[in-house]
Amino acid sequence: MVDIFNQVFSGLSIASILLLISLGLAIIYGTVGVINLAHGEFVMLGAYTVWFLEAKFGLGLYSCLVLAFLVVSVLGWCAERLVIRHLYGRVLDTILATWGIGVILQQAVRLTAGAELRYVKMPAELSQAVALFGVDMSAYRLFVLVLTLALLLLTYALIFRTSFGLRLRGVVQNAEIARCFGVNASQIYSLTFAYGAGLAGVAGALVSPLKSVSPDMGTGYIVDAFMVVVVGGVQSLLGTVASAGILGELSEGLAYLSNDTIAKAVVFLGVVVLIRFRPQGLFAVRVRRG
Amino acid sequence: MTIATRRRFLQGAAGLAGAAVAGFPHIWIKNADLAQAADGQIKVGVLYSLTGTTAIIETSLNQATLMAIEEINAAGGVNGRKIVPVVEDPASDPATFAEKARKLVIGEKCVSVFGSYTSASRKAVLPVFERYHNLYWYPTLYEGRECSMNVIYAGAVPNQQQRDFIPWLVKNFGKRFYLIGSNYIYPKEENNVCKILLQRLGGEVVGEEYVPLGHSEFSSVIEKFKNTKPDVIFSTVVGDSVVALHRQYKAAGLDPAKMPMASLTTSEEEVRAMGGEFAAGHFTSAPYFMSYESPENEKFVAAFQRKYGKDAVTNFVSEPAYFQVYLFAQAAAKLSGSDLTPPNIRKAAWGQEFKAPEGLVKIDPQNSHTYLWPKIGQAQSNGQFKIIEQSKEWVEPDPYWAYPGQVCTPNGMVQKKA
Repeated sequence: MVDIFNQVFSGLSIASILLLISLGLAIIYGTVGVINLAHGEFVMLGAYTVWFLEAKFGLGLYSCLVLAFLVVSVLGWCAERLVIRHLYGRVLDTILATWGIGVILQQAVRLTAGAELRYVKMPAELSQAVALFGVDMSAYRLFVLVLTLALLLLTYALIFRTSFGLRLRGVVQNAEIARCFGVNASQIYSLTFAYGAGLAGVAGALVSPLKSVSPDMGTGYIVDAFMVVVVGGVQSLLGTVASAGILGELSEGLAYLSNDTIAKAVVFLGVVVLIRFRPQGLFAVRVRRG
Repeated sequence: MTIATRRRFLQGAAGLAGAAVAGFPHIWIKNADLAQAADGQIKVGVLYSLTGTTAIIETSLNQATLMAIEEINAAGGVNGRKIVPVVEDPASDPATFAEKARKLVIGEKCVSVFGSYTSASRKAVLPVFERYHNLYWYPTLYEGRECSMNVIYAGAVPNQQQRDFIPWLVKNFGKRFYLIGSNYIYPKEENNVCKILLQRLGGEVVGEEYVPLGHSEFSSVIEKFKNTKPDVIFSTVVGDSVVALHRQYKAAGLDPAKMPMASLTTSEEEVRAMGGEFAAGHFTSAPYFMSYESPENEKFVAAFQRKYGKDAVTNFVSEPAYFQVYLFAQAAAKLSGSDLTPPNIRKAAWGQEFKAPEGLVKIDPQNSHTYLWPKIGQAQSNGQFKIIEQSKEWVEPDPYWAYPGQVCTPNGMVQKKA
């Protein structure tokens, strides 16, 4: 019983990290319709923001989380204003452009901060395990789980409980009609893009004490994030949550039964089969696009 | 014949002659495909990546190599001749390694090349050195099971790192081992050796697992640690995965005093990246640690920090990168100018001894690997290793230790009949 509980918690922990890094991507993809290949680099920039603030100003992780959100969302906003907005409706071009932005960011970090692995402190009070329901759990992983849920609720409230969210949903359903009702669609797009990028920044800040910080760390995360979004279905917040949960528990369970290499291969195989028969993902929302 | 066509004819003829000389020099000059030392200078190649994924560690190898060359030249060079390094950056890419090796060997006519960190890059340059009978000096610890006539191996092979380490772990912690490694050849060969040693000691492997290179999510692996409760976690995980594994190990509440990780790959560099508090209490076996106390090492560390900054760290790869240049210089000193060719250097290098920072090392005249001094270090929270045990004698290198009947000889690997 304890074993199973341990398993479920480990799976949830992986799921929360998956959700954390894919939430921003899902929102950008769902709203702006841009496949943001620089998402992994936004995650990386979030991690580097923490490293920089910690090393240069001695800030703790908690205050860094907020600053990482702000820094990366400003960068995301700039990227949208300068490059991506000129490419709406040209899906292939946005893929190439965002990939290029990613490469530039990665090399810029390599040139300025150096190529070596960077060290980010884990808050001392979270670096031990806590006993919960008879099992030892990593306090930091619990913290990540809780914070992910909080961010999810915040995002949900933003989309479904605010007037910004109302306009956003209007633009997603039909940008032309929304414009006719006086909604500034282009502003919605840039703000959404900035918000999505900011979420990636927080994700990077949160995973950095648990994993390693290097200029090419984003490459792995973008793959995971895409997998989650594709399985969950574009434009569905619920789908993203469910798919992160399923993929997290699945890869944890498979890795436990066999090993991580096989788990990875089996999960990818599953995703390939799924998109063959359900290309819209598990929880696709029917929308008309203008 | 008009002037234009005559000019073209002359150009063509000259080009043809040039191509003939460049392409088939052995027709004209005896032994021309063997590089030789030019007057008053000994040209050597330095082939470590200064950019790309393995740039950090390889930069430290480049620095250690150049420092050794500088020291030798400052002390009068090799019989009065200066060693001239030709530095190339292979950018962490095996194909570029091969291309730059060709340039150093054919274009620059270097009599030896010091280079490589990864096994993949060493394998990529081997054909070049074998084809042109040149000599490659490889400083990294590696998985063994190779016996090239064109390489001098200064790093440790599995038997050297594990011979004392495994019995020590069994004696101090217990017989149940969990083997965790990155998924490529090096961890698998190391684990082969580990399993043989464990079997002899009556030990048991309770789990063996390989994670993809660059893997950073160890929660399922840590679950298995918790369930199988091994006495020792034997780790050959490499690169940034080392950092993730150590951090998640501590975050999960595991205790190095009860279930230590015993690694062959965690050096001062990895400890610095993960933070000393995550490494503290775990063990590494290697011939060299920065904290080792010897007059040679004090000199080495002081010189390195004077040259590259007071925060510069030496490690168990940069130390061989340093001393192998001295072994090269000693070998070259035995040869007169016209004899200074790679095959002669190889013969002269056999049996050479040098008082390295880790202790007195020697190149084995049979297999061209190096006698080394294995040590067991425990990582401390200040980022350094405390040396717990050290070998009483140097340990003979045996690249085919796990493969009875296979022996590395000066003429390559020989399969002995059972």
